Amino acid sequence: MSDKIIVSATINDEPTDMLVSQRDSLLEALRAAAGALGVKEGCNDGNCGACSVMLDGRLVNSCLVMAAEVEGSEITTVEGIADADHLHPLQQAFLEEAALQCGICTPGFLVAAKALLDENPDPSEHEIRYWLAGNLCRCTGYDKIVRAVQQAAAGTT
Amino acid sequence: MVTTEKPDYKVVGTRPIRHDGVDKVIGRAEYGADIRLPGMLPGAVLRSPHAHARILGIDTSRAEAHPGVRAVVTSADFPSRQGEEGEVGRADNVLAHDKVLYVGHAVAAVAAVDLHTAEDALDLIDVQYEVLPHVMDVRDAMLDGAPILDEKLRTANPDGSQGDTPTNVAQHIRYEKGDVEAGFAAADLVIEREYGTTMAHQGYIEPHNSTAYWSKDDEVTIWTSTQGLFAVRDAVAGMLGLPVKSVKVEPVEIGGGFGGKIPDYLSAPAALLSRKTGKPVQLTMSRKDVLEATGPTSGTHLRVKIGAKRDGTFTAMQAWMAYEAGGYPGSPMGAGTMCVFAPYDCENQLIDGYDVILNKPKTAAYRAPGAPASEYGAECVIDELAEALDRDPLELRMQNSATEGTQRADGFTYGPIGHEECLQAAQDSPHYQSELSGANRGRGVASGFWFNIGFETSMAAQVQADGTVPLVMGAVDIGGSRASAAMQLAEALGIAAEDVKPHIVDTDSVGFTFLTGGSRTAFANGWAAYECAMDIRRQLEERAATIWDCAGEDVSYGDDGVIRGPNDEDGAAQEFSFKELAAELPNTGGGIVGRADVSKTSHGPAFATHIVDVEVDPETGKVEILRYTAIQDAGTAIHPSYVEGQMQGGASQGIGMALNEEYIWDEKGRMVNSSLLDYRMPTALDLPMIDTIIVEVPNPGHPYGVRGVGEVPIVPPAPALHAAIYDAIGERMRMLPMSPTRILERTLPDDD
Amino acid sequence: MQELRYAKVGSVDDAVAALQEGGPTARVLAGGTDIIVQARARARDIDLLVDVKGIDEVMQLSFDADGGLTVGAATPCYQIYGDAAVREHYPALIDCTTLIGGTGIQGRASLGGNLCNSSPSGDSLPVMYVLEATAELAGPGGRRTVPAEDFCTGPGRNVMQPGEFLVSLHFPPPAPNSGAAFLRFIPRNEMDIAVVNAATQLRFDGDAVSWARVSIGATAPTPLLVPEAAAALVGRPLSDESIAAAAAASKAAARPIADMRGSIKQRKHLAAVYTQRTIAIAADRARG
Repeated sequence: MSDKIIVSATINDEPTDMLVSQRDSLLEALRAAAGALGVKEGCNDGNCGACSVMLDGRLVNSCLVMAAEVEGSEITTVEGIADADHLHPLQQAFLEEAALQCGICTPGFLVAAKALLDENPDPSEHEIRYWLAGNLCRCTGYDKIVRAVQQAAAGTT
Repeated sequence: MVTTEKPDYKVVGTRPIRHDGVDKVIGRAEYGADIRLPGMLPGAVLRSPHAHARILGIDTSRAEAHPGVRAVVTSADFPSRQGEEGEVGRADNVLAHDKVLYVGHAVAAVAAVDLHTAEDALDLIDVQYEVLPHVMDVRDAMLDGAPILDEKLRTANPDGSQGDTPTNVAQHIRYEKGDVEAGFAAADLVIEREYGTTMAHQGYIEPHNSTAYWSKDDEVTIWTSTQGLFAVRDAVAGMLGLPVKSVKVEPVEIGGGFGGKIPDYLSAPAALLSRKTGKPVQLTMSRKDVLEATGPTSGTHLRVKIGAKRDGTFTAMQAWMAYEAGGYPGSPMGAGTMCVFAPYDCENQLIDGYDVILNKPKTAAYRAPGAPASEYGAECVIDELAEALDRDPLELRMQNSATEGTQRADGFTYGPIGHEECLQAAQDSPHYQSELSGANRGRGVASGFWFNIGFETSMAAQVQADGTVPLVMGAVDIGGSRASAAMQLAEALGIAAEDVKPHIVDTDSVGFTFLTGGSRTAFANGWAAYECAMDIRRQLEERAATIWDCAGEDVSYGDDGVIRGPNDEDGAAQEFSFKELAAELPNTGGGIVGRADVSKTSHGPAFATHIVDVEVDPETGKVEILRYTAIQDAGTAIHPSYVEGQMQGGASQGIGMALNEEYIWDEKGRMVNSSLLDYRMPTALDLPMIDTIIVEVPNPGHPYGVRGVGEVPIVPPAPALHAAIYDAIGERMRMLPMSPTRILERTLPDDD
Repeated sequence: MQELRYAKVGSVDDAVAALQEGGPTARVLAGGTDIIVQARARARDIDLLVDVKGIDEVMQLSFDADGGLTVGAATPCYQIYGDAAVREHYPALIDCTTLIGGTGIQGRASLGGNLCNSSPSGDSLPVMYVLEATAELAGPGGRRTVPAEDFCTGPGRNVMQPGEFLVSLHFPPPAPNSGAAFLRFIPRNEMDIAVVNAATQLRFDGDAVSWARVSIGATAPTPLLVPEAAAALVGRPLSDESIAAAAAASKAAARPIADMRGSIKQRKHLAAVYTQRTIAIAADRARG
């Protein structure tokens, strides 16, 4: 309890102070101290991608980042993808393509897919599959997820 | 889509955006681990390091004295250890009593001010174990002299008698039809092979979790990721010795289950910790816990023997199969025995199945439980028969396919079914019609069967004055069932799917509803939605009759959603649209609620046929899937996108099970690959697009012809891949998974 | 009970001081993709993480044609494979950095972390070996340079002394007419730990191979350099025979264990296969 520190970061464009334990991961901090419950824990060791967030413009697994490391950083979670008025094209495409079933992996996929399209607006199917290989989905067999990313990339949502 | 005959539906068969979709893409959907309650304490569970040991004593005093620890519970805290004997809530599996039966078996639970403190406190619980010999292989567990897990267990024999000696064989089932010996004698060709499958996990991405609050007046509320709100309620009430009315289970989103979230592991310990602390307590599993301590599907050992005449007719089919149950009885052996030859019509069959306990986690349902293993054996032998008889494997299946009127060995006689239609659609598919060329490439096909089930389902829908309809239900939505229920209600009322808002509610707010599993939900929810709609239609007809001041029988509610009455005094037609009549409700007697409590047994069996092309790297043994097509009879596809999604998801789980997923144990009975790094589920880069062909042979036992779609697509992948690998490199792989390691074991020369 | 403290340092001297003060339970935090998992699993006693990502030298990436490539110990994979000079001159580094973990892991994981983790299967290690990389260490006694192939001493063990840490890795400029390649075998197409991996660098003088290095991983307690494989290639044009001899040398050098990821027979066989395959790609790259 004595090891608590305050970490200040910009989370989804909001300056946020998080009271965390020094042994908390960014995943734990986002969920417990920042209320970003859209960031999901699936494995806690970097093998499922459910906790994917953007950290200073880079896709990371938040379970493999220490909360204390993000002082002064900018973080985007699934909660920060949409505008106030409308969904991000990827979110819309995931709905239209039925790219989610249970939905637990969806936040991580959306963050990862957005990172891909920000860097490569016109990815091939192979590039999509390669980029998303660190995000596991057990419901869909990935087919509709890949199609949704393709659809969002094509700007047809 | 391949459709026989279908009425002109307006909503059924369309692809609206699911009603719960937006919350799921913006991160707002509330899953079990997202529950936050005032004063809530996190907790952690102590698990057995031993595969088999007697618990001589548990001393929790050091943990209880640790700063920050608020309570510790063990099995001694259960008021009774009754629970249910089935898989849902066995108290001994939730907190071990006298023995631990597998590594990971829960022994105690701690609630503390934070999770790190709770985890640290686990090290301070002193458990005295007497380590016992363990047994990990199903055949070893069946031998005389094997370590006995439960001294009281006796085999339940097929004739209803009980064995008289201690054993690990909990049950032996036998199904017999015709005369199998005569059938083999009449065959021109008999092929008998042995197969093995390994324990495999459902692999849902959301770990188990439960939050419980035990109030001072002994009312318990639970929020947990489960496939059955009512199943958890009943199991927890049983384990805690509470009347059912004192346990309420709240709905939360579920992050995948596939059968594995039917049993409850955490709710009862969380409730006991809540009782001791007076605070809500939340328990969550780590991924290691999920793999080691929940319920994967059984590893099996199988022998399958099929005889055929030269013209291809199957004359006899026999199977012997042993299923690992885990620490307690209750493998899916029963379903496996019924499924093994279910796609085929054969006069002479003999099927023996054994449910065997051993020192592995207690198995649970996993998508078509029991079927992927048994049908893998049967389909692989059929592929060998096709080769030996020089027949196209789809055509040989067609020749022997079960049809309406075929009786299975377990006695069930089919109504209209769609196996032949699936085979035909496969035969006609662009995939099967295409040429496959290239070195080390091969094509395989296989079929699969699953029953689908019905059971109790409750719903209520209320008509609002603006013509929209909230719909409440008790069946957990694991992948789109809110949408399919809303669509079927909308179809029956003649309104738009978007005008229905489906909700899943707590166990006090809707009638008893069986769990989400068995591919039942679209079927049973559909029935309930239909009957809800009929209840609403009757009431709206009465209301219209009151308004028009005519007899009730003079009003009729059309499938187009228009309520028509007799002509008025001027001879003009009188009618209301649904919205117009809804607007009249507040002033003509108030709102209307339609209700339904159904328990239908008219579910329709599902069949599937899959086609796969592979390329095998002969130097590494690695199998690359080049092309995949899944064909399946859905009865009627309510929301085709989600039917396709089930087919694709089932196929990918089947592919995982076939190629790489397995439990690997060390000599002490510990799982050594309990992470998603080494329990290798397919990634996006491991699969191609999975083409789907939905066949629609409507189920006559459902208002919209629904059969149920979730489970059968996991069945054909392994035997289809077996056949494709054989076609590619000439090796018959008879042990799952057909991993690079196993393929190289077969192909490398001994001196390599 | 385990506490875990976090300290961020801004200079090499501060890092050395923090590590010295922290003693044997202090660890460097770079990308964290291994160390955070280890700290959490309590498999090792770790009570202090010293974050070195605030040190410019540890985060650098610089190339010049004469001096070669210097990569900070914590420079993340994505930055390495996104660098034009690396893509042009060190394709073998692209081979390994693009397949370590998923995209999210590559946002953090570093070559330095991979080396310090000292796993027999570390995917960038055979590449460092064949590219003749050197590791620059800083410690209480100052700085020293260690050839990459001398760094690991066993699974999870290496030559670093208490208080010492890895600052950067240096790769000499590629020789004319040279090429290098890395491959690994995994059961899936991504995310797995290598069952076997291998790297080869070849230099040509005309048609003949003038210099070679071959390294294989996950076949011994540390990645191996296989001089016998190199010897089988050098001094003659590449031929099916010389490649087969090199592959056989790798197989002979491999002394793997059997574990959940592979059998002994499989690993020895794959050592040969992947030696052969990396030779072919390295040769193609050398010939431009």
